[in-house]
Amino acid sequence: MAKPFLSVERLTQTYPDAAGGETTVFENASFGIERGEFVCILGHSGCGKSTIMNILAGLASPTSGVVTMDGAEVSGPSLDRGVVFQNYSLLPWLSALKNVSFGVQARHKDWSKVDVEAHSRKYLAMVGLEGDVVLRKPSQLSGGMRQRVSIARAFANQPKLLLLDEPFGALDALTRGTIQEELLKVWSQTEQTVFMITHDIDEAILLADRILLMTNGPYARVAESVQITIPRPRNRTEIVEHPNYYPIRNHLVQFLGQRSKVLSGQPSGGETQTPETVVIDKTKPAGGPEPEARLRAVND
Amino acid sequence: MPQLSINQRGALLSVVILIVGLLFWEAAIPPQQLATEMTEYERLMGGGSPRAAIPPPSDIFAKAWEELSNPFYDAGPNDKGIGIQIGYSIYRVLSGYLLAAAVAIPLGFLIGMSPVAYRALNPYIQVLRPISPLAWMPLALFVIRDSEASAIFVIFICSIWPMLLNTAFGVAGVRKDWVNVARTHELGAVRTAFQVILPAAAPTIVTGMRISIGIAWLVIVAAEMLVGGTGIGYYVWNEWNNLDLTSVIFSILMIGIVGMALDSAFGALQRVVAYAE
Repeated sequence: MAKPFLSVERLTQTYPDAAGGETTVFENASFGIERGEFVCILGHSGCGKSTIMNILAGLASPTSGVVTMDGAEVSGPSLDRGVVFQNYSLLPWLSALKNVSFGVQARHKDWSKVDVEAHSRKYLAMVGLEGDVVLRKPSQLSGGMRQRVSIARAFANQPKLLLLDEPFGALDALTRGTIQEELLKVWSQTEQTVFMITHDIDEAILLADRILLMTNGPYARVAESVQITIPRPRNRTEIVEHPNYYPIRNHLVQFLGQRSKVLSGQPSGGETQTPETVVIDKTKPAGGPEPEARLRAVND
Repeated sequence: MPQLSINQRGALLSVVILIVGLLFWEAAIPPQQLATEMTEYERLMGGGSPRAAIPPPSDIFAKAWEELSNPFYDAGPNDKGIGIQIGYSIYRVLSGYLLAAAVAIPLGFLIGMSPVAYRALNPYIQVLRPISPLAWMPLALFVIRDSEASAIFVIFICSIWPMLLNTAFGVAGVRKDWVNVARTHELGAVRTAFQVILPAAAPTIVTGMRISIGIAWLVIVAAEMLVGGTGIGYYVWNEWNNLDLTSVIFSILMIGIVGMALDSAFGALQRVVAYAE
């Protein structure tokens, strides 16, 4: 079988603990992401989501295991993997525009200043920032605007993989809703591969093609890969009407509420741990043929 | 009466304090007795020659007017205009200070970036930092054998520490996120240093530079009293030897004004590099 675009193979992360032993955050975790896919990862705090994110970004190295992207091993930070950090990580002494063009300049060293600025403005406009607003410093922008700038910076670089680390965690619910839709809009225009960490179930269903579910640590694992069988384009008001919405949501809530605890703390015993694919589709007649042998339809 | 702003009220009160203070000062100076009013015995005992006394403010204003209306005259080694004297002092301060900045800022960067360099150099810094800069003077005079260069060295050694420590502190305290932004954009070491770490640490670095220039201006006066020849410190000491207290007080005021100007120049620089998070 051909390797997926992004392939995470037998990733293990351990830390020395206070007692002199070792804490295993996750062990032999393996999963893949296809080109153009939007994948969210859901799990409780401390299960190692951010560690996985940092490893994918190349900012941290795993204790063992390999990440390959587009056939090449990930061995350090790269412009091919853009990151949107939870706290925006804008450089506060630069204007919003300069924060974006800073990244564009780093990507396209041969571009003229005019090209860099035009390109930066184009991506800022995509997230709804136009005119004089882009000349403001981050401290003069609201939290939502700052995160928009951060998203524009990441998309403007057209990375092969975009990593979003709880990008909307610090925003109020209304702003979050608007920016989620903007993110979807930008994403649909760019065919970008996205890997996103979130705590918010509804956000994950709205945005993702697939949701990876992580059990609690220690010995956390990516236990399930839930397909979101809701057609695009989606929007937050119509999506709840879809017959698959609540079954999927219930499945996720049940996992995070109960099974993430039940399944935690089990050493892998050297086994490669791949997530089980879950397809929940109420639009197909119950008892119909399963799409593929590996897949398990959950019709609860 | 319209309500004045806090600034206006402050300025008004300032002026009132100045006027009241000056009036008290003026009134507190006893007038010189005229020789004709003295008894013959007093005149024989030398009472007729003018006694040295703290001059009244009016004399100082007159002196200031006289000096400032022709600040750059040069009538031999012991009689130069106040502008020339201050010029020499500023020249020495800036030479020593810029040398110190050229050493302290790169070295501070290194110490801030590298925990090993920090641990290696910290004991030396802690021992050298509390030494009074003037204590270096004899050694400097012996080694350098030039009073001018020794004064500059003393400025160098006194202004290096705040800049060094603040640079190291500022660089070490740059937020990890910003460094990660540089890393995910594949910025090289030099570009990361100039585009991310330097602007991020600039407010702390400039604070160190501001403290340093203040110390340097304090020290130059003492250093020039020792090495002599030119400069505002030498001028104060020379006028003291002449028992010209009017000039002493006038030059004290000038030292304060120049110090304030230097400090506010760095205050302006601080506002330029400041950023809000």
